[in-house]
Amino acid sequence: MSITGQVLRRNLPENVEVFDDSPSGSLELHVLAVDDSVVDRMVIERLLKISSCKVTTVESGTRALQYLGLDGEKGPVGFDGLKVNLIMTDYSMPGMTGYELLKKIKGSSVLREIPVVIMSSENVLARIDRCLEEGAEEFLLKPVKLSDVRRLKDFITRGEGKDSGERINHKRKREDDYASSSSPSSPSSSVLSASSSSSSASSSLSSSARLSKRAKLRNKD
Amino acid sequence: MDVMSQLQRQWLEHSAFLRKEGYLDDQFEQLQKLQDESSPDFVIEVVSIFFDDSEKLLSNMARALEQKVVDFKQVDAHVHQFKGSSASIGAMRVKNVCIEFRNYCEAQNLEECLRCTRKLQFEYSVLKNQLEYLFRLEQQIRAAGG
Repeated sequence: MSITGQVLRRNLPENVEVFDDSPSGSLELHVLAVDDSVVDRMVIERLLKISSCKVTTVESGTRALQYLGLDGEKGPVGFDGLKVNLIMTDYSMPGMTGYELLKKIKGSSVLREIPVVIMSSENVLARIDRCLEEGAEEFLLKPVKLSDVRRLKDFITRGEGKDSGERINHKRKREDDYASSSSPSSPSSSVLSASSSSSSASSSLSSSARLSKRAKLRNKD
Repeated sequence: MDVMSQLQRQWLEHSAFLRKEGYLDDQFEQLQKLQDESSPDFVIEVVSIFFDDSEKLLSNMARALEQKVVDFKQVDAHVHQFKGSSASIGAMRVKNVCIEFRNYCEAQNLEECLRCTRKLQFEYSVLKNQLEYLFRLEQQIRAAGG
């Protein structure tokens, strides 16, 4: 736990608070949820709160960057006192899409360690691949369920950030997305799929490797 | 049967009816799971927001389709939003009309788009009435001590 705390504090200004140890000993995550739909913001906020997370919701990528202190004007200034442990963003938003937001976050030396999860109502393979390649931890199909949030939370609190290359590739996929069940890889019980560091992951991931990752996830469902 | 049991049975029957007829799907149940003592009115609150949002979107769609030169991408954007929010609360029939609607937007078929708007308006109104009835039952149950 302290190792994770140190890693997360690495790039942060001094006054920022990291994990909040609740009495039960479990960590309370602070999640920044980005969605232009007011209905979806309400639902995701409730999903996260009921999962014992602190939540901040914003309606756009621009607002998200402002909140994170990376709106270009001031540079990466301090947060509002509360560190963000996870960003969940809708993909289709007017103005800056979730994908563009993801790129900006991963392109920032201060923010790139924060895991980003993309949510979308549309199950478009090319879109999923693009997001994963850009460094998204996961791609969730909307509407997001409690089980998705629980799974995410488990992954994040288990120690993401220990190794910048480790990434859970845990998309929940519909059964009929797969032509056959004869996938090359066997499902492993370990949650983290250790991959090479994020900068080379995109180029080294062949389409068959991606397919096998997706198949692995389907079996876990 | 006492009042409470009667009300509860009515609530259960109406919920089952809404599910069976496809007005609502699993997602509505998911929302109900998110309601608890710390947030006892969650479902009503979200659905109220959904109603406000929907009415705005329906109005925007209608206006966009009235333009001399219809911007189908704009119409589609509104429908896409409506599809998203209806999916989020489990409004299956409404969502399905949105899916159909989007195809016509892509085809830039004005007549079909107008038909879809009417269909959407209809499905939305029916759903609204159904849910308001369900919520009234809930209020009565609570008032009776449930």
